[in-house]
Amino acid sequence: MFKTVKKYLRKDFSWIPPENPTHNYSYLTGKLLLRHEIPYEDEKVDQLIAQSILIKVTSIESYPWGQRCRRCGNTKSYLFAKMPNATCGQTCLYCRSCIQMGRVIECEPLYYGSSGFEWPLHEHPCQWDGELTIHQQKAADELVALVRTGSGEKLVWAVCGAGKTEILFPALTEALKKGKRICLATPRTDVVRELLPRLQKSFPGVNIQALYGDSPDKVGDAPFIIATTHQLLRFAHAFDVMIIDEVDAFPFHNDVSLHYASERAAKPKASIIYLTATPRKKQKRRIRAKHLPVVFIPQRFHGHPLPVPQLKLTPTLHRFLKKGELPPKVLQQIVYQQQTPRQLLLFLPSIKMAEQMAAYLKERNYKVQSVHAEDSQRAEKIQAFRNKEYRVLITTTILERGVTFPSVDVYVIDAGHVVFDEAALVQIAGRAGRSPDDPTGDVIFYHIGKTDEMLDAVESIRYMNKLGRKL
Amino acid sequence: MDKITTPFCPACHRPGHEGVCQDCQKWEKTNADLLERNVAVFPYNEFNKELVARWKYRGDYALLEAYKAHLQNVWLASGFKGKQILSVPLSSKRLHERGFNQSEAIIVALEEEHISIFERSHSEKQSKRGRKDRMQSENPFRLLHPVTAPVVIVDDIYTTGRTVRHMASLLKKQGCPSISSFTIFR
Ligand SMILES: [Zn+2]
Ligand SMILES: [Zn+2]
Repeated sequence: MFKTVKKYLRKDFSWIPPENPTHNYSYLTGKLLLRHEIPYEDEKVDQLIAQSILIKVTSIESYPWGQRCRRCGNTKSYLFAKMPNATCGQTCLYCRSCIQMGRVIECEPLYYGSSGFEWPLHEHPCQWDGELTIHQQKAADELVALVRTGSGEKLVWAVCGAGKTEILFPALTEALKKGKRICLATPRTDVVRELLPRLQKSFPGVNIQALYGDSPDKVGDAPFIIATTHQLLRFAHAFDVMIIDEVDAFPFHNDVSLHYASERAAKPKASIIYLTATPRKKQKRRIRAKHLPVVFIPQRFHGHPLPVPQLKLTPTLHRFLKKGELPPKVLQQIVYQQQTPRQLLLFLPSIKMAEQMAAYLKERNYKVQSVHAEDSQRAEKIQAFRNKEYRVLITTTILERGVTFPSVDVYVIDAGHVVFDEAALVQIAGRAGRSPDDPTGDVIFYHIGKTDEMLDAVESIRYMNKLGRKL
Repeated sequence: MDKITTPFCPACHRPGHEGVCQDCQKWEKTNADLLERNVAVFPYNEFNKELVARWKYRGDYALLEAYKAHLQNVWLASGFKGKQILSVPLSSKRLHERGFNQSEAIIVALEEEHISIFERSHSEKQSKRGRKDRMQSENPFRLLHPVTAPVVIVDDIYTTGRTVRHMASLLKKQGCPSISSFTIFR
């Protein structure tokens, strides 16, 4: 029963003041800050409080079942701790979950900044001169309508390579014309870094800020913010248009805090857009129940269908992998593949196996590199592969998203391993056939027995191709 | 967290050092017999620097909890138990920001009692100054009461050894017979 109570209370943001007087402090608007994050002397802060531009709110809620941190939404008792506080002389509770952003402690308030700052109206914000395909245009129109309505949500289910950023442009333009504040949030820093120059180029007259862990910009006082989902912990009722990219991706998918913060960061009346290529089961359920309106983009921007993975049963696979080797059949396939002009992306379940495999293929005189998440040379290695300096890139699931190469075949070794869930496999398969010059590519899943995840991935890809043909 | 294991400098616990380290030899030349020895628990490496940042600068007081058992083991093995324990004072500004005194937090984790008999005379942030500068800096402490029993000063990090020696010199002048120090990191 307590669980239900907790769940019910999770959506309660009634503590955020509904009145938002207008003001000229772009830094404060729609923020939830600690005292030391406000760059003013006490006297000035008192004055802002008197004007209701800043409002003190309780930082940690107490319930019979426990506590909740209002900045990160944490309710887990083991992520709260007590400390004898020299400042107030009491023993006080603080949140350990969001401590990296400074300490939220029960005896000190959070400061909510009225979201009454008025953002400029941009007459012609968009300078992008590309053209949308028919499918992209259809989705774009629906998003414009959503922004016009001013509230509601929509999931954009777009295949890998659909060109989902461009689909947003008309909706972004609409929002900027009306002086609405936009946030594009994504779980990954890489994506924020990549999106900033692209969007700045397409919206040259708009102040766009990128916020992530060590971003040069820290302030967050622009009408258009691109941020990692973590950065939303400092926002409350800030955005009229909230776009969440890769809703299915780690860490967003499983992180209660990030869901809490992204919900709070949007205004009570806001247009919320989710982008994904691989919706999770929970989202699919909401789509089927018609609780979540969806717009499909089942075709890639170049109009060709997604390569459908071939499943190849390889019973001896584990025996060979244990020795750091590949079964003869798989090796033969690589020999054959290496005679074609395409490069090869080889996915393995672990860093150790990826490194072993790189050594194994190097011994056989292939030009190979392996790359993993903690690899300090990661960016350089990926760039060198893109420059075709070597032929085979061996990696773990980290490369599944975002990173694209024009002309590759994709093999997954031991596709039945738990790290390869449906979303990961769809994303991996989506690396092939990205370029209009080479819109196909072989995707092979080597396995020792089909898993549901493999079958679901294939089914999901077939389904999108079917929808694509109908259009 | 990595522990300090042999070899280490017998005088200051610097890890990975056979015999008395250069720092300690230098101290012997300039300020002989001021500090008996320092005992440290963990090496101050990159990983632990992150931990210290989270504990001290972000203020995650409870972080020490996870290392308490090993801390107590090293404390018992140090032979310092029974000496008068002294804490290192924090400037009031910093105490207000952080909410706790790291030296006192360690003493709580050791489940020991202490006295605070020092005061900070000025509050410049130490880590912002260079090492050389720090060695020649003026004594930032004031001793409020003399102690005539052997003491051990408890602090978080032994970097150059300057901080504890500043305190030790004041104690010595007022007749303290023996001064050692115990730090989490070296
Ligand atoms: Zn929190
Ligand atoms: Zn030494």
